[in-house]
Amino acid sequence: MTDLTSLTLAEARKGLADKTFTSLELTDAHLSAIEKARVLNAFVMETPDQARAMAKAVDEKIARGEGGPLAGIPLGIKDLFATKGVRTTACSKILGNFVPTYESTVTSQLWRDGAVMLGKLNNDEFAMGSANETSCFGPVGNPWRREGSNTTLVPGGSSGGSASAVAALLCMGATATDTGGSIRQPAAFTATVGIKPTYGRCSRWGIVAFASSLDQAGPIARTTRDAAMLLRSMAGHDPKDTTSVDIPVPDYEAAIGKSVKGMKIGIPREYRLDGMPAEIEKLWSEGAAWLKAAGAELVEVSLPHTKYALPAYYIVAPAEASSNLARYDGVRYGLREQGKSINELYENTRAEGFGAEVRRRVMIGTYVLSAGYYDAYYLRAQKVRTLIKKDFEDCFAKGIDAILTPATPSAAFGIGEKGGADPVEMYLNDIFTVTVNMAGLPGIAVPSGKDAQGLPLGLQLIGRPFDEETLFSLGEVIEQAAGRFTPARWW
Amino acid sequence: MSTATHKLLKGATGEWEMVIGMEIHAQVTSKSKLFSGASTAFGGEPNSQVSLVDVAMPGMLPVINEECVRQAVRTGLGLNAQINLRSVFDRKNYFYPDLPQGYQISQYQSPIVGEGEVIVDLDGGKTATIGIERLHLEQDPGKMLHDRSPSLSYIDFNRSGVALMEIVSKPDIRDAEQAKAYVTKLRSIMRYLGTCDGDMEKGSLRADVNVSVRRPGAPLGTRCEIKNMNSITFIGQAIEYEARRQIEILEDGGQIEQETRRFDPNKGETRSMRSKEEAHDYRYFPDPDLLPLEFSQAFVDELKAKLPELPDQKKTRFVADLGLSAYDASVLVAERESAVFYETVLDKLGNRARDGKMAANWVINELFGRLNKEGRDITGSPVSAEQLSCIIDLIGEGTISGKIAKDLFEIVWQEGGDPRALVESRGMKQVTDLSAIEKVVDDIIAANPDKAAQVKDKPQSLGWFVGQVMKASGGKANPQSVNDLLKSKLGV
Repeated sequence: MTDLTSLTLAEARKGLADKTFTSLELTDAHLSAIEKARVLNAFVMETPDQARAMAKAVDEKIARGEGGPLAGIPLGIKDLFATKGVRTTACSKILGNFVPTYESTVTSQLWRDGAVMLGKLNNDEFAMGSANETSCFGPVGNPWRREGSNTTLVPGGSSGGSASAVAALLCMGATATDTGGSIRQPAAFTATVGIKPTYGRCSRWGIVAFASSLDQAGPIARTTRDAAMLLRSMAGHDPKDTTSVDIPVPDYEAAIGKSVKGMKIGIPREYRLDGMPAEIEKLWSEGAAWLKAAGAELVEVSLPHTKYALPAYYIVAPAEASSNLARYDGVRYGLREQGKSINELYENTRAEGFGAEVRRRVMIGTYVLSAGYYDAYYLRAQKVRTLIKKDFEDCFAKGIDAILTPATPSAAFGIGEKGGADPVEMYLNDIFTVTVNMAGLPGIAVPSGKDAQGLPLGLQLIGRPFDEETLFSLGEVIEQAAGRFTPARWW
Repeated sequence: MSTATHKLLKGATGEWEMVIGMEIHAQVTSKSKLFSGASTAFGGEPNSQVSLVDVAMPGMLPVINEECVRQAVRTGLGLNAQINLRSVFDRKNYFYPDLPQGYQISQYQSPIVGEGEVIVDLDGGKTATIGIERLHLEQDPGKMLHDRSPSLSYIDFNRSGVALMEIVSKPDIRDAEQAKAYVTKLRSIMRYLGTCDGDMEKGSLRADVNVSVRRPGAPLGTRCEIKNMNSITFIGQAIEYEARRQIEILEDGGQIEQETRRFDPNKGETRSMRSKEEAHDYRYFPDPDLLPLEFSQAFVDELKAKLPELPDQKKTRFVADLGLSAYDASVLVAERESAVFYETVLDKLGNRARDGKMAANWVINELFGRLNKEGRDITGSPVSAEQLSCIIDLIGEGTISGKIAKDLFEIVWQEGGDPRALVESRGMKQVTDLSAIEKVVDDIIAANPDKAAQVKDKPQSLGWFVGQVMKASGGKANPQSVNDLLKSKLGV
């Protein structure tokens, strides 16, 4: 029997349905892979007992013919999702050993559909970071290495644990979240598929909040089909999240393999950056050529306010974060560092509990919302946001079906290589992805090629609101043309 | 309607005028909280009415309670105010242990209710019109308990997330009496509407009072805010004290520092809490977890159509339909329960047109008087509306005199029972039988020949005879019959 962990989710679904293997066998294969891959530090909490119990229960259901769409599929869960009875920390010291008494809507829908939880995945602290280096559990290793090098690279962030675990065959798929690129950038760095759905597609209830108006959950998987299967279970209206949208969830998998003939694909000229590496440029042209070969029409488009997106994002996101993170005060749960007064307790707890990047963003956010600065920063950033949104609307109004861009400006880099002296160097990783969050649109990152050092690179497709289906159809075309990429095992 | 002249304060150097504005925090009457399904019932075991949202667990999100929205709109309508079909919830950011989210969800730039006005009743039937600046919805924080441990404070989150309406007045209030009347009137309107129980002891209604002083007609002075007042009497005392304090400073050549103060009811004085420099920067911004609050005009119209009659409307009706004085009418409508009691009395009356006004007098003078004397309120009245109505019927139809009625009222108050049956069983019926009265009249004239002789010259002394006859008859004689009889016998 082939290694069960190398199956795609769709293949595993067939094997389970055909009774070629059981969920327990599939789960055990993954648990053992996780054990052997601890050096990657992708999991911050392994839940083998729970995984086996869930697998056994679902095997019985499958035997009775009652398995759901994800029956028996073992998944990893980003530590930002509250999991009932299982420690949930957002990879921050400040949550300590917090164990929720509730299950996030998104994960509860996965369990409803028969999926099995293997454990909790590493991420940047409170999802703030682009390299998974800010986690209180330490950095995550990328299963990919430069050819002929032993340097451990970052898997991207903030969903670094999710991307690394999926790429390293530790789970068949993973939940992730994306506030400025936290699903798509790590997917691009690890040759996995990651989709950030339209804002409002997935419920945010039970997901530790970073920036409420930008946060969206989505899957990371090894193929577009697998991602489509996962998103179908994760998405849907939730009355507990008033920003979630009450429209039906389509069968995303049906979009896989659908013809893209006649679709108009926009190529935004503002995404052609000065000094962009030639191989990124080449990748982009190649992707465009594949879509053209599949019958799509390529159109140059303009998104004139693109250059303001990153600065505006670094005002809006920290502003919301500074307020969202105020609840971690040492009073009701999580870490408490005593003090002589209540203010000292707050100061000690938050200084000890938050890492440097989180502290930086809380301070930026507090600053931009302060009296006298609000208009100059927060209000202006919101105006920029409206303009960015309008750029896309104008583009789609001209009949554009989707927009093709690179996912990241570079391939994965070494741990500690970037952002040490200047945080902006790290923030620039999200230059192609933040616009999508600012506009609330869906975006998918699909593996598309390798750079000169053999590291994976990805392309991004941006769609109309709630038109994730088009992204899956187009993503599948790129996946078919580019082929699958699997890292050589070194761990 | 006569507009009030307000009270000026006399200082050492002349007269001063007070300028007062108020922020009233009124707890919304609703089964569950503003953004969670937890119960709002008062007095539960600490932390027994707390949802995951109320203690800001990670990943929890607020969901607006539509009943609280309806209550705010109803209140806005009751204040004759602009209802905003689109409003926005903002976060007011500050750290305090009773504020689990680290921010209060409130409304800052776009409140649900805009400008309106309230007419308040003052002594001597005068009124004043106080402008309403706005009304917005916000969350109540939890409650700190400092008496459970010598070294630690505890927090009860039962109140955390209960809906409050903050009602902000314009600085239209000019003295303590107006301020008290304003709170009284707002409380009354909300109790009529059923949007806030107005129970100040339980903290359902609290006021922040802004006070400044100026020379009459001069520009506004610097104000101080007295926080968290939960008694109408204290509000009056605090304003008087604070105005005097400010006048003293100004007359000594000093300046008023803008600050937040608290009132100490034991000492009757206000004390500084924090200065302007220590004031929080709340960093308001629109709450990204909540969409703007939007509803249609039809939604407002439907609520408006179902509003109960409010005190001002009731008062107008009492004056127009029953001929009550404006003063009596305003006394009756001031409390919803009093108005309900009076209207129940009216409903049961045999002849409402004839006796409606008498009923008002009885409710105000006899019933309220007696209740006040015993420190009871209308809901605990030993005499029911039905019983009182019956007593008034008995007077109106001439079965008993007004004087006997007072005795009857006392019996009903003490012992209860059906007034009509009591009149029968205790022989309290008015005697209209002339032959029975005539005997008494003759006896009294015979016993007082001197006085009888004087009556012709001094007709006003007839009253003395009437009194004697009434006394001799135990009050049961019909006064009109006695009068007629005496006149003919004495030849006047």
